[in-house]
Amino acid sequence: MKIHKITLPLEDECQLAELEAGDQVLISGTIYAARDAVHKRIFRALELGEKIPMELAGQGIYYVGPCPAPPGKVIGSAGPTTSGRMDPYTPLLIEKGLKIMVGKGDRNQMVVAAMKRHGAVYLAAPGGAGAYLSQYIKKAEIIAYPDLGPEALVKMEVEALPCLVAIDTRGHNVYHQYDKKGTEKLEVNVWNSETTAD
Amino acid sequence: MRAIHVQDIYKAIEQALLDINTRLPPDILAAVKHAIKKENTERARKFLQIIVENDELAHREKLPLCQDTGMVMVNLEIGQEVSLVGGDLTAAVNRGIREAYKKGYFRPSIVHDPIERINTGDNTPGIIYVNIVPGKQLHIEIMVKGAGSENMSQVRMLQPSAGLPGIKTFVMEVIKEAGANACPPLVVGVGIGGNLDKAAFLAKKALFRRLDQPHLQVGMALLEQELLCQINQLGIGPQGMGGVTTALGVNIETFPTHIASMPVAVNISCHLNRRTRITI
Repeated sequence: MKIHKITLPLEDECQLAELEAGDQVLISGTIYAARDAVHKRIFRALELGEKIPMELAGQGIYYVGPCPAPPGKVIGSAGPTTSGRMDPYTPLLIEKGLKIMVGKGDRNQMVVAAMKRHGAVYLAAPGGAGAYLSQYIKKAEIIAYPDLGPEALVKMEVEALPCLVAIDTRGHNVYHQYDKKGTEKLEVNVWNSETTAD
Repeated sequence: MRAIHVQDIYKAIEQALLDINTRLPPDILAAVKHAIKKENTERARKFLQIIVENDELAHREKLPLCQDTGMVMVNLEIGQEVSLVGGDLTAAVNRGIREAYKKGYFRPSIVHDPIERINTGDNTPGIIYVNIVPGKQLHIEIMVKGAGSENMSQVRMLQPSAGLPGIKTFVMEVIKEAGANACPPLVVGVGIGGNLDKAAFLAKKALFRRLDQPHLQVGMALLEQELLCQINQLGIGPQGMGGVTTALGVNIETFPTHIASMPVAVNISCHLNRRTRITI
């Protein structure tokens, strides 16, 4: 297993091609925290051709709705939410330049197809460890949709946020690469036939 | 009659919520530590170690274990010789939730309406059940349930002819479908019998039982063991990335049912299974 260091926004998109499902990635730089409600609004704005309050080209999104920051802290607990709920909105965002997504759980076929076409990667951060992950967030600022409360759009500065490559630019998927003994693939989620050989 | 002031109830609920959001239940922590020894891959062991580290950090820094501080379920068992005084019981329970989520800097995760979806801002209302039981005490079961695992839970109205094999098949289907989404290693609550809503309640109730306490009926205890064994042979593993610990435990609760019915509910919890039981 390799360890890669990635800084966002991406300067060299070719870097993503080196990532393979199962590799470890440490993310530093700027990442947008956005989940269900923000995705819905951004998707709608893009469809209508309106301006959106964030950049997408070469950027990353962390699917998280953090806890409020206690006194003296930058942010409260902030682990990943289930990414699958963002699937209906994601292909359009990838088309508009989104390169890195951080969340937990598998993605659907449409998302993986868009990732392969546009060279995006999907990373998994450890689920249910929000206190642990909050240590890697150095700055957090609400930049849009404050009315959404904990779902508002947040710009974060992260330092070495620990993730694993869940689905790489070739569509290889870590959630499909094991069986009862951890060697082959499981019978569930069989749609991605490409992963069988791994 | 023994009088219990509702203010004591809200304070007890507030304290319990501050505790369970920031510290793993002892039985869960023990099960996670045990699972570290059984996993074969570095990736699975590392993830389980992060769960332990997260617990230590959350407790030390008073941070919630997970940013999804959940929807609160409160199950009140009120002794029939208890008189509740000093105000509205439901309001007191919700006050306990409101105060805890403000003081703990926990995320408010409740929207006022399932369609319009505007956040209530204080994580209320909780889901409150009331049971009247013999005695002079008030028992309160409290659970904080995140949506990642709740969303993967299911109820199915099986036919009686499906029998035990039908129950096992359904439970396995639900776990496979949950995959990585419900934050494995899971705790699995199974409710069998009653009707549609009773089965779901039993499944949730099952999650309260400690993992080191098997069902009192030998047959059910064996079924819990068998299901756990089968689930852990799926290979889903910690974080859904492969391993031998897909679940930390399976707890079953049953209830009499109709001659024509066999409802089965599977309530999945993530590896935190934040719950407690207090007595006033």
